[in-house]
Amino acid sequence: MAELTVNGKRVQFEAEADTPLLWVLREQLSLTGTKYGCGVAQCGACTVHIDGAPVRSCVMPASALTPAQKITTIEGLSPTASHPLQKAWDALDVPQCGFCQSGMLMAAAALLKAKPKPTDADIDAAMTNICRCGTYNRVRAAIHLAAGQVQRKQIPIVIEGGRA
Amino acid sequence: MSAVLSRRGFLSATSAVSGGLLVGFHVPGLTQGAAGPTPELNAWVQVLPDESVVIRIARSEMGQGTLTGLAQLVAEELECDWARVKTEYPTPGQNLARNRAWGSMSTGGSRGIRDSHEYVRKGGALARALLIQAAANQWNVSVVECTTAAGVVQHGSKRLSYGQLAAEAAKLAPPADIQLKPASAWKLAGRPIKRLDTAAKLDGSQVYGMDLSLPGMLNAAIKDCPVFGGKVKSFDAAAVMGRPGVKKVVQVGDSAVAVVADTWWRAKTALEALPVVWDEGPNAAQNSVETAAILRAGLDAPEAAVGSSQGDVKAALAGAARRVEAVYSYPHQNHATMEVMNATAKWTPERCEVWTPTQNGEAALAAAAEASGLPPAQCEVYKLHLGGGFGRRGAVHDWVRQAVAIAKELPGTPVKLIWSREEDMMHGRFHPVTQCKLTAGLDAAGKLTGLHMRISGQSIIAGIFPQNIKDGKDPAVFQGLSAGGAEGALGYAVPNLLIDHAMRNPAVPPGFWRGVNLNQNAVYLECFLDEVAHAAQRDPLELRRELLANSPKHLAVLNAVAAKAGWGKPRAKGRHLGLAQIMGFGSYVAACAEVSVSKKGELKIHRIIAATDPGHAVNPQQIAAQVEGSFVYGLSAALFGEITLKDGRVEQQNFDTYPVMKMADMPAVETICMPSGGFWGGVGEPTIAVAAPAVLNAIFAATGKRIRDLPLRKQSLV
Repeated sequence: MAELTVNGKRVQFEAEADTPLLWVLREQLSLTGTKYGCGVAQCGACTVHIDGAPVRSCVMPASALTPAQKITTIEGLSPTASHPLQKAWDALDVPQCGFCQSGMLMAAAALLKAKPKPTDADIDAAMTNICRCGTYNRVRAAIHLAAGQVQRKQIPIVIEGGRA
Repeated sequence: MSAVLSRRGFLSATSAVSGGLLVGFHVPGLTQGAAGPTPELNAWVQVLPDESVVIRIARSEMGQGTLTGLAQLVAEELECDWARVKTEYPTPGQNLARNRAWGSMSTGGSRGIRDSHEYVRKGGALARALLIQAAANQWNVSVVECTTAAGVVQHGSKRLSYGQLAAEAAKLAPPADIQLKPASAWKLAGRPIKRLDTAAKLDGSQVYGMDLSLPGMLNAAIKDCPVFGGKVKSFDAAAVMGRPGVKKVVQVGDSAVAVVADTWWRAKTALEALPVVWDEGPNAAQNSVETAAILRAGLDAPEAAVGSSQGDVKAALAGAARRVEAVYSYPHQNHATMEVMNATAKWTPERCEVWTPTQNGEAALAAAAEASGLPPAQCEVYKLHLGGGFGRRGAVHDWVRQAVAIAKELPGTPVKLIWSREEDMMHGRFHPVTQCKLTAGLDAAGKLTGLHMRISGQSIIAGIFPQNIKDGKDPAVFQGLSAGGAEGALGYAVPNLLIDHAMRNPAVPPGFWRGVNLNQNAVYLECFLDEVAHAAQRDPLELRRELLANSPKHLAVLNAVAAKAGWGKPRAKGRHLGLAQIMGFGSYVAACAEVSVSKKGELKIHRIIAATDPGHAVNPQQIAAQVEGSFVYGLSAALFGEITLKDGRVEQQNFDTYPVMKMADMPAVETICMPSGGFWGGVGEPTIAVAAPAVLNAIFAATGKRIRDLPLRKQSLV
C-alpha cells in the first residue's frame, strides 16, 4: 500500500511501481480533472503541483514520491473555483473544449507563484501546454488579468452578461 | 485524514460517485430527468415549476460554442429568463424513437447553427405561443394583447410566470405556423454574451468521455495493425494474463488486439508486453515518397474530373503574353484532438449502450448497432463532452465499433476503451494528401486572362462515402472553388478558367479535418495569385480587387483586413504583410498577416487581422474565439504538421514528432466580425483556410522566398 498527500489529504492506494502519478490520480483516486493527453510530457494536460512546482504527472512515477510532498491537482487549486486565475478564466470565457484547461490553469498558477507579474516572455516560457482549440491568446490575457497587470475593460474581448 | 483506496475500494468508490455522473444521462422529457415532472412544451423546450428552462441541444458541443449559440436562438424567441436556462442533449435513441424530432445531430461542416437556426427558433417561438395562450385562456383575453419578457406573460397589470403556465401550456395544441423575429429585433441573439459551459472546465469537474466511470467498469487498451489494411496473424495472450489486473485479451475485428484490465494503465502496459504477429498485407511497403511521385504524375495526367470550366483555357494560355506556373503540395494531417478516441460500451444479448464523445450521435448509434448485432432500437448512445472534435469524431466511429466488439466479449460489464496517443496518431482519419499545379496566362497589360488549376490527390469522399462519387468525381475536392452557390463560391472572375482533379488515393484512411479541402485549396489559389501579382509587378491587393469587382462580399472582407492592417502604408522596419481571402462553409473570410523573418531565417508572426462575414452573427465573442482558434489549427498545419508513411506505417507517434502551435508561436489576432445579413454562414472552419496563405504570402514579402511545400519547418527561410 502506497501513501501520498493529495489536495491536503493523506491517501493510500495500490499500484505497480511504474504507475505514473497521473493514472493513480485518475484511476485510483477518482481525480479525473487531471488529463491524459500524450503520456510523454509533451502537452501539459496532466500538470499538477508538487510542493508548488508544476510537474507533468504522466511521466512521474507515483513510487518516486513521498507523503511529505504536497500534491495539488486542479480539484485542489482553490475551494470554490476562487483562485484569481479561475476567476480571470471565467471573466474572459477562456475555455473552448476545455480539455487542456486544467493543465493550463495549474501551469499558470505555478507561474504566478514564482513570478507574480509575468512578462509575455515569462508566459511563453512557462506556458508550453498544448491547446488544439486555440485558446492561447485568451489564456495570456487571463494571466495578465489575474496578475492585476491589466483591467478587464482594457482587454478587447467584449463579453456581456451571462451567469454568475 | 486518510482515505484508503485499494482496487476494491476504488471500484466501490466509483460506484458511489457514478450515480452523480449519471445525472447527465437522464432521459430528457420522456422519463424522470433533472428536468422533473412538467411535460415538455415541444422537443426543444421544457419549463419547470422552479422557472428554470431546459433547452434541448441536438448538436454536439466540442468547444466551438454551438451549445450556447443554439440556446441563445431558442431563448430569443421564447423570451425566457436567460439566467434560468439549462441545456441538455436528447439521446440519439430518443431521436430515433420520436421520428427525428430533433433533426440531424451531425456537428460538422460548420453547420451546427446555420443548418438548424430556423427550426430551433421555431421551437422557441411555438413554446412561447403556448405559454401566451395558456395565460390568455386564464385571463379570458386575446393572445395579441399579451406580451412576454424574461419568462413572464403580461396583460395590463396581470402577470403569470412561465413556470406557473407550463403545465397548462403543455396541454394546448401549438399554432400551425409562426412568424420568427427578424435579426434586427434580436435582444439576446447577436450579443457577445458568455458561454453556458465554462464553470465546469475551470475546476476539473467537467466529465469528458475519458473521465467516465460506471459501476463494475473495466478498462481496455487497443493496438490496431500498424499497416493500413493489415491483419492480426497471432498473439500470445498467455504471456500477459498473469499480469496484475488483466482480465482478458481479445482480438477486435480482423486487425486489432485489446487487453482488458481493471485499470487502463495496467491494460496499456500489458498490451505493450503482448507478443503480436501481424499479417501486414498489401500496403506493407507504402511510403510517402512514392505517394508524392504518384500525385506528381497526376498533375499532368490526361484524365481529370472537371470542377469548374469556362472559356478556353488552352487557347488563353497558349496566347498569353506571359505564363506563370507553380506546383504546390499539402501533406496528410492528424486531427490530434487533445482527448484521444475513447468510448465506454456495455453489451448484453438484449441491449447495447455506448457512452462516447461524438460529433454525430446518430452515426455513433448506427455504428453501435452494427457492431453489436442488435437493431438500433435496442441500442443507445449517450453523448459525453468532447475534448476536441475537428472532424475526427463525426463521420467514422471506428472507436465505437471497437469498444462494442470488446464489450461483447464481456457481456453485462461496461468496458471503457481509451486509445493511447500513439494509437490515435497512427490510426487517425487523416486530412487528405494533395498537390496542385497552377498555370496562369497574363496579357501584355498584366491582366489575368486564363487559369488552370489541376489538383492531384486523395479524395475524402471516395474513402468515406464512395456512393457519393459520381462519374469519378468528388465534388468536395473543389471546396471554395465553385462557380457559384451559397457554400463556397470562387470570387475571382477569370475569363478562361479550368479547375480539375486527378484522383489518386493512397491506402491511408482519409477524414474530414476542420476546414476540409478549403484549407489546401486556399493555399494553392491564394499563394499562387500572389505569385501572379508579383510576376505582373502588380500589388497583390490591387490584383485581387480587380478580380473581385463583381464579388462584393468577398471584396468587403478583403478590404476590411487590408484597411485595418494598414496595407500600403509605411510600417516598422522588417515587418511585412500578406493577404488571403476565400469563401467557405457559407461565410466570407479574409486575413492579413504581419510577419518578420530574421537573418537566421526565424519567422515571427506578429499579428493577424481577420474578417468574417457569416451573414448573421449569433455570438460575436464566440465567433472571435473560433477565428483565433482557426489560426492555431491552420498555422499548426502550415508550420509544423505532417503525417508521413514509411514501411507502411505512420512515422509520427506523439506530439514530439507531430508538433503543433504553442503559446510562444501565437500571433495577436484582431477579429473583425462583419455580418451583412440575408444569409447564414458557418464560423468554425472557414478562417483556417486563410491562415496559411496569409502567412506564406507575408513570408514572401519579407524574404522573396516562395514556400510551396508544407510544413514550413522543413523549409529554410535563409
